[in-house]
Order: sequence, then C-alpha cells, then structure tokens
Amino acid sequence: MFGLNSKDTRAFLLIATLAMLAPILLNPFPTGSALAQFNAGYPDLMQRFVIFGIFAIGFNILFGLTGYLSFGHAAFLGVGSYSAVWMFKLLSMNVVPALILSVIVAALFSVFIGFVSLRRSGIYFSILTLAFAQMSFNLAYSVFTPITNGETGLQVYNSDPQYLMAEGDPTVTHFFGLEMRETFTLQLGGWSFDFAAGYYMCAFLLLAAFYLSVRIFRSPFGLTLRAIKSNQQRVNYTGLNARPYTLAAFVISGMYAGLAGGLLACMDPLAGAERMQWTASGEVVLMTILGGAGTLIGPVLGAGFIKYFENIFSKINDTVLHQWFAFMPDGLENVIVTIVHPFIGKGWNLTLGLMFMAVVIFLPGGLVEGGQRIGKLFSKRTPSDAASTADRPTE
Amino acid sequence: MDALLLQIMNGLDKGSAYALIALGLTLIFGTLGVVNFAHGALFMIGAFCAVTMQKILTLSATTYDPLKLDFLGNPAMIKTPYVNTWFSEDFGALLIDWSVPLSILLAIPVMIGLGFIMERGLIKHFYKRPHADQILVTFGLAIVLQEIIKYFYGANPIPMPAPEMFKGSIDFGMMIGFDANQVIYPAWRLVYFLFSTVVIAAVFAFLQFTTFGMVVRAGMADRETVGLLGIDIDKRFTLMFGIAAAVAGLAGVMYTPINSPNYHMGMDFLVLSFVVVVVGGMGSLPGAVLAGFALGVLQSFASMNEVKSLLPGIDQVIIYLVAIVILLTRPRGLMGRKGVMEE
Amino acid sequence: MSTSNFTRRGVLKTGAIAGAGLATPTFFTAGSASAFTNDPTGSSVTFGFNVPQTGPYADEGMDELRAFELAVEHLNGEGDGGMLNTFSSNALGGNGILGKKVAFVTGDTQTKSDAARASAQSMIQKDGAIMISGGSSSGVAVAVQGLCQEAGVIFMAGLTHSNDTTGKDRKRNGFRHFFNAYMSAAALAPVLKKEYGADRKAYHLTADYTWGWTQQASIAAATEAVGWQTVNNVLTPLADTDFSAYIAPVLNSGADVLVLNHYGGNMVNSLTQAVQFGLRDKMVNGKQFEIVVPLYSELMAKGAGKNIGGILGSTNWSWKLQDEGTKAFVKSFGTKYGFPPSNAAHTCYVQTLLYADAAARAGSFNPCAIVEALEGFEFDGLGNGKTLYRADDHQCFKDVLVQKGNAEAANEYELLEIVEVTPVDQVTYASDHPMFAGGELGECNAGA
Repeated sequence: MFGLNSKDTRAFLLIATLAMLAPILLNPFPTGSALAQFNAGYPDLMQRFVIFGIFAIGFNILFGLTGYLSFGHAAFLGVGSYSAVWMFKLLSMNVVPALILSVIVAALFSVFIGFVSLRRSGIYFSILTLAFAQMSFNLAYSVFTPITNGETGLQVYNSDPQYLMAEGDPTVTHFFGLEMRETFTLQLGGWSFDFAAGYYMCAFLLLAAFYLSVRIFRSPFGLTLRAIKSNQQRVNYTGLNARPYTLAAFVISGMYAGLAGGLLACMDPLAGAERMQWTASGEVVLMTILGGAGTLIGPVLGAGFIKYFENIFSKINDTVLHQWFAFMPDGLENVIVTIVHPFIGKGWNLTLGLMFMAVVIFLPGGLVEGGQRIGKLFSKRTPSDAASTADRPTE
Repeated sequence: MDALLLQIMNGLDKGSAYALIALGLTLIFGTLGVVNFAHGALFMIGAFCAVTMQKILTLSATTYDPLKLDFLGNPAMIKTPYVNTWFSEDFGALLIDWSVPLSILLAIPVMIGLGFIMERGLIKHFYKRPHADQILVTFGLAIVLQEIIKYFYGANPIPMPAPEMFKGSIDFGMMIGFDANQVIYPAWRLVYFLFSTVVIAAVFAFLQFTTFGMVVRAGMADRETVGLLGIDIDKRFTLMFGIAAAVAGLAGVMYTPINSPNYHMGMDFLVLSFVVVVVGGMGSLPGAVLAGFALGVLQSFASMNEVKSLLPGIDQVIIYLVAIVILLTRPRGLMGRKGVMEE
Repeated sequence: MSTSNFTRRGVLKTGAIAGAGLATPTFFTAGSASAFTNDPTGSSVTFGFNVPQTGPYADEGMDELRAFELAVEHLNGEGDGGMLNTFSSNALGGNGILGKKVAFVTGDTQTKSDAARASAQSMIQKDGAIMISGGSSSGVAVAVQGLCQEAGVIFMAGLTHSNDTTGKDRKRNGFRHFFNAYMSAAALAPVLKKEYGADRKAYHLTADYTWGWTQQASIAAATEAVGWQTVNNVLTPLADTDFSAYIAPVLNSGADVLVLNHYGGNMVNSLTQAVQFGLRDKMVNGKQFEIVVPLYSELMAKGAGKNIGGILGSTNWSWKLQDEGTKAFVKSFGTKYGFPPSNAAHTCYVQTLLYADAAARAGSFNPCAIVEALEGFEFDGLGNGKTLYRADDHQCFKDVLVQKGNAEAANEYELLEIVEVTPVDQVTYASDHPMFAGGELGECNAGA
C-alpha cells in the first residue's frame, strides 16, 4: 500500500491507529478516579508526544541510518520555533506560513552546520554539532535578544504588525480559521475524552513524517546511508562520495526538527531559548535510543515515553504516594514511601537516567527490541524472522 | 600590560581545571578507548568529597541553651563539633579550617574506588561496543550520579571556604617587579594553579619514569602485543581508570573554594572539557593539557572589556568558535594521532 | 487500503462533529458549558503550584512548595491558621473557599519557560486548576502569565523580580506580590548614599539576559540620582561559573563600588570570587571598596556563606520582621518545618491567601470577578504592612527591606540582617514609568 511492503504497512497502520485514537487510548481511567493522574490524554501533552515524535523520527534518519551522532539537533528545533513565531508576529496567526518558514529556515541552518560539521566524523562530528548548538543557545539567550526576546522567549504581542491579519481573524493560532485550541470533549460515563484540532493537525503531520521516513529507509538513498554507516571507507572505494549523502540526511533530519519546532510554536506561540540548549539535544538522543535507534517506530515510542515521564511521572509527590499506600499499616507505609520517594516526583530524572542506562546496556535496540523479545517468548516464530523486523542500531 | 598579565593568570587558572579534567578524559580514552561522558560527574563527586569531609568534621554534639532562644522561642540549639571535644578547641578549629585540603585524603581512595567500580561494573562491557554506545551509557551514568548527589545534598550551592591563610589575595605583581597594587591575585587561585601543575607533572612522571607507566604506554600504543607478552594489561588499565577518576576528583576538591559546589557543576564542565580534549586531539595527553591552558587563556582574553566592546558576546562563544576552527583546519586537533576516533 | 481510509474518514467525522459542536455549546463540558475555564463543580477547588523541582533552583522551589502546602492547610482550617488570623480581610473562615475544600496539584517548571508552560497546561487542561502560582524566575513568570491569560485562569506570580512582569509583559489575569528591580533600586539608593556617601564610582557586572539588564538599568538610574557615577557595565554570560576574568579589571578601573546584578548560582560564584580577589579589603579613592548585591535571597546567602558579610542588598520580606502577620507566619511555618521561611516562601503563601480571599469576597471563582476583587485591593497583616494591589499594572506596593550580610551569623538563617525598611512611598512609581512602559493589561479572560 502506498508503495510500502506489508510489514511497513502494518507499522504505518499501527502508528495511524495509535495517533488517531490517542485521545481515547491515553485516557484509560475515569476522570475523578484515583488512577486518573496517569491519564495523558489532554491536548497539550498529546501534542507534545506527537511533535517530539516527529523530532525523534527526524533524528533517527540521521543517527539510525548514518550513525552520525549529533548533539546539537535542538538548534534546528529552536530556529524552527523562532521563525514560526516571527511569522505570527509579522503576518497572521495562520499556522501554514509559519510551518513553511520554520522548515525552510531549519533547512538553511542545517545546510550550513551540516556542511561544516560533516567534514569530520565520529566524536569530532558530535562535538562540532554540540559547539554550534551551544553557540546558538548562548547567543539567543543574550546577544540576539532583539530577535529572540532572550530569557522570556519570543511571544506575540497585540502591538505586533501582523500585516495579513484581517478584521475578525482569530487572535490565536489557527488553520484557515480552525482554531488550534478548538476542543471537542466527549463524555462517556465516568470517562472524558478531548479531541483537539491542534492535536489532529500534529497527528496528520506525524503520519506524513513517518510515511516519508519509511520511504527514505527503504529507498536506495537509505541503503546508501546504511552502507556509509557500516563502512564508509568501502563506500569511498566504490567511487561514491559519501558526503553529499550524509549532508542530505543531515538536512532532512534538520527539516524534521524545524517542523517539530514550528509545530511547538503553532500549538503554543512562544519560543524559548532553552529549546536550543545542549541538554535539549541530549533529550532527543535519549528518546531515539530509548525507543530503538534505527527502527521505524522506536523514536516515536521513545518520545512518548520521555514526555510522559516529564509531565505525568514528575507530578507524583509524597502526598499522592501516601494516598496510594494508605491501605498498609503505618510503619510499612512509611518504609515503602521512603524507598520509592527518591525515584518519583522531583526524582524523575534519576529514574529516567537509570532506565536509559538499562536500555543501553541490555537492550541496544531500545523498547522495540524489548517488545520483540517479549513477543518472542510467546510466539513460536523462528527467531530470525522476528529479529529482522528491527535493524540492529549499532555500528 | 598588568591587565593582560592578570587575564593570563585568570586563563591559566581556569585552564588548569580544564586541563585536569581533560587529562583524565584522555587517560581513559587513550588506555581503554572509551569516551567517558561521566567524567564531569566525577569532577563533581570530587567536589562533594570536600563537602562530605566538611560535614564529617563539623559533626556536632547538640546541647540546648535555655538562656538563648531560637526564632520560635524554644531554647536555642548549641552545636559543638566533636573534633573540638576530642582534640583541643584550637586543633579542632584548625581541622575544620583546613577541611578542603584535608578532603584530598578522602577523595583519593573514594575516587579510585569509584573508578574501579565504574570500570569493572560498567565500562568493561562496552569495550567492544561502538563509541556512540559508550557515550550514551556514560551520559546516562552522569545523569544518575548527579541526581543521586542532588538527592542527598540539595540543589543549592554549598559554600566551601578556603583555609584562613589562603583566603585573601596576594600582591603578585610586586613579586615580579610591578608597582604595588597592580596585579593582585587571590591566594587560593595561585594554590590551585600550583596544585594542578603538580598533579599534571605527577601523572606524566608516573607514565614516563615507572615500569608500570611504561607498560601502560606500551599498551596504549599496541595493546595486543603487550598482551601477548604475558602482561595483564587489563588490570593496569583498570588502575589507570581509577587514577583518571582521582585526577578529576582532585580537580573538583580543590576547586570548591573558587566555585561553591552544586550538583550540576559536572555537566557545566563536561561540554567544555570535551571541547578541550577534541581541540587537543583525542588520545594525546600533552595535547589535552596544552589545549586546556590555551582555551582558558583565550576565554579570559575574550572576556576583556576591550575585546567585548569590539565583538559583543564573543566571550559566550569563543571556546566553540576556536573548536570549530581548529577541527576544520587541523582535523585531529592540535596534537592528535592519526586514526583515532575516525571509524 | 480500506483500513486506512476508514481511519481517515473517522477523523473527518470527528472534525465535523467538532464543527457542529461549535453551534451547540451543550456538547462542550469542560469548555463552553460553564461561564469560565475549569469552573469548579464538585466539592473542591484545585490550585496549581508550578515550582522548579529539578534544576538549579530546586531548593527554592521546595521552599515555595512548603509555603503553598501550609497556605492550603490554613485555608482548609487545619493547623494554627497562620496569617489568616492577622489578615485585614475577614472573608475567609478557615473552611475552604466558598464552601469548597482547597485541593492542589504540583508541577515542575525546571526553570525553563517551555517546561513551565507545559506543566501549567497540564494543570489547566488535565487537573482543572483554576489558579496557577509559583515560579522562581522572571522568564518563567512572564511565559506562564501569558499562558494563563490565554487559557482564562488566574496567575499569582511567585518569585519574579524583573520589571517586565508587571511592565511591558503585564496581563489582566496575572498578579505580582513580589517586588521588582525598580523597587530594589529605589530602596537601596538612599541607604547606599547614607552608608557609603554620595561620591562613589560604581562598576556593574550584569548577567547577560533580560532580568540582569532591567536590574542594572534600575540600579544605575537610582544611584546616579543620588550622585554616584557609573564607571562601567560589563555583561557576563549566564552559563559562566568563573567570573575572575570580569572581576580582575575592576581593581584598576578607578571604581570604588562593585554592583553584582546576578542571581542564583551566578551571584553565589561572582560574590565569592569578588571577595577572594580581596576587593573588600581595598581602599580606592581614599574610600573603602564596597560590593552591592541588589537582589538578595536567603538561599543565595546560604550558598555564599560568610562571604556576604557587610554586603548590602534588598529583599521583599524577612522572617525577622516583628509585625503580627510575620510572627504568625514564621511560627506556623517554623513549627511545621523546623526552620524559618524564605522570602520566596512568604510571597507564595501570601499570593495563595490573596487569591482565596478575592474569590471569597467576589463570591465566585470567575477570573474576571477575581480580577475585579484584587484590583485596587488594599490590605494589611500579611507581613509587609499596608499593601496595595495597584489596578493599573497588578503590582503590589509595599515597604521594601534593605538587608546586610552578617558574617558572624550563628547559623545559616541569621545571615541577613535588616538595615532599613524603606517605606512604600519611596518605591512607588507611575504605572507608565519609562522602565515599565509598552505593556497593556488587556481584557480579563475567563476562558471558554
């Protein structure tokens, strides 16, 4: 279907179903029940799942296919956001020009950085991208404040020109009149599901981004990239110049990051400099690895996983813990809360770090490999068949 | 001239911290071939060895003074450090005053031990894995280590005063023939610089003049041949990891009076020290030291008002700009060997 | 093929329903069915406390959170009631607000505007928070304030000191109890003149971002008005931890005062290093060299330790004040947690009470009713003496404290000592003062 083989079609349909039904799937617990705090089906978080999914898919095109580990990808996300907000400030709150510009600017920016950084490989490449991103962050935070509004972040003010803004146009971000924050809430018994226009717009773009990445993975271009990853020298000996290929992969993944940055601004028109910090670049690395680098759906899973941690897990505080374990005798309750305490709430970074290490050590293929291993336990299929679903990410 | 001299001193001082961390990073990379993103965290843990030492020395017996009241109107708590009661009052106070240098005694075994555990428990399993995996797992470890420290010590910086005799500043200019009050420099920063030079010299001497060091160097050059000679090179490399961790830890201990330690200081230094290592050339010990000092001095120059007024914001990006220029003109850094990290 | 078509059509259908929903508002529950966002329908009302729980300001965030918890206890009639007993308004009875019990959710801002907005969004969209409070930086405050304005909930700012929060970025739905850079400067300048004389040359080191700039502009203007000269202003990178390269030139610049427009870790390091450079032991122009830190906080004082001895700065409040409100608050906070509250904790506690009181007086949780109740509200008994929530810009006007560091402090809570309580008249400014110009409150937004 659509030029995909049956296995990829299955992956695509899986993602499509998940994305379309996310508002329902992510809200499995009735509102008001004790478990409702694990619900993630509210528009803002779902949008983040999907947007960072796009970011991670793009990163995976570079890292998963070519093995070049960029520690500066957040810079493209940042410039994407800034260009989108500038479009809102100068033209109107329509998201289409904003998205177009953010992808273009990110592409130009990544052509420049990629052209310079790709002259080196290995850790030298990582450090070069890191250096560029840190420079962008430092400058955006301080010297470039007239363009970026520094610490506070770039926002839309009533006094902005907005030349294309007609009388009566929405003052919030919209897609030709459909406001991004428009939400339809469905009440079903104790359950409540939010279907937001903004979320579905992101979800469609995610599907498009995913489809494109599948096509890239399966194309001759993708195969060349993999060849470069496994042995660049050999590729060179065949007379093929590797650099245009890696640069193309770099720019494509930069454009994905720009699209994600633009979408972030479309859902919430504010662009902060922290989006470009190296730790933000580290985050997308975590997402991709956690989910499974080099696999198709891994990055999306990883992005969802980390954002879930950041937004849901971090909110479990001691009061909540005591409520959960209230059924236990007092002494035992306190002991359990004390043991669990460092890992939840404000300790979510610790848990994340531990899980990340565990994944790198035991599951080089990320959560996808973990899923397959579990699947293998239950199925009688031959191991080789199952293993071929994911490409080994390493080397 | 005096302004320049001051900035050179500042740069050397800053650079000595970079150099120490970069030296450790390079030792690990050169011996074990591992890119250690947790090295900044080791620096940070060194600093917290000093904090722990201070905490131990100021462990106190508490008594209540009914005549004094605390802010709630209860009898005020009076703390008397145990060291004051065990030893004489004066000697106890002296111990507490010297807690930073004393922490070296704590930091060396702790850091070597930690290095051992890291290498045997984790890094060992990553020799055969790609560099990307090594970066990732040590990056994860760095997050875990810093979160653990944050859990126990909080996020706020902790003041660590230098011993009383090094607290003030010295008119350094007068010693080398300037007029009085021209070049005044904090005593502790001079101590830090001297300390770093001694540590760096010790590491080089150890590698250069001991049999152990010779074997290690041989192993760095050709691991297999050394192994074939029947030498257990792995054990020695493990020890080198411990030494590298100790070097980072010592850099951290002595840095605490300059920079009140907090849990994320390792990450702050990590990026910079990687830039230093790459500029110096992966795997080159002299390169790491040279690049550390050179970048420190450059950064200080870029911070001067005269420079900043010409190029606003240059101090924010100078290190990265230099790294980019060096990497593009000298692909292997200043003193890098061929074929290192270029798979 | 057919499967994918089905999915797409399914979504189109959803879109169509959403469109139809516009016409028939009864379809909306959390949205248009009620008059304003997150109208509390049950027996409780939810507040969102958005503080840094990770990152360098985590300890400050924890202190804010303690104060919030205490405030909620007092509102619900638990504990000793704290400042509810001294508050000049008697609308609150210690039985929740308007008969509803107060519940709260917490979130982590990470001191990043992005993360703070995400966390505030989740409190609004998922937990049904009717009010957001907290935060420990101006970037975060401005970002979250903007979000609350759009979403139609009230934002009660925590620690934010930049002029912009109630200046060019002021919003109708946002309120600030904390003081600002202009007030710091206005309170400090007369004391600086009194202590150090009118003939001084100041050298500024300024954190290179928005807050640093407004702080520097404010203090430079205020000190120049009392006769000081500004010799130089050097911007320092935020990420820097070693300020030696910026401090070294101060010695030979002819300046006799160093002003550190830094906050947090920056301030701890720059102050410690400036003291190490022996600046405070020097005589320049026949005068003792001095260091000034315009914005103090208890946690920073703790981080800098004995280095802050003799250094002047300003704070919003201090637990050492002797009015009834302060005493009541310090007593209940100290009894519960074992140490005195910081001024960040105080402002968060007060903001929570002020919001609750406004709702009680307005008889509604509708943000527009609360805005009306808070605008121009005069109150007393919350620790700062007589205070006014000015209607023009939603800034509180009250006395400002000038404090001095004490190196001989018996413990880490005694490090700051009150030098002077600058009366409110001296720190009041016109709402269209040039440093605050360019903003407009806009209309109050009650949401969908």
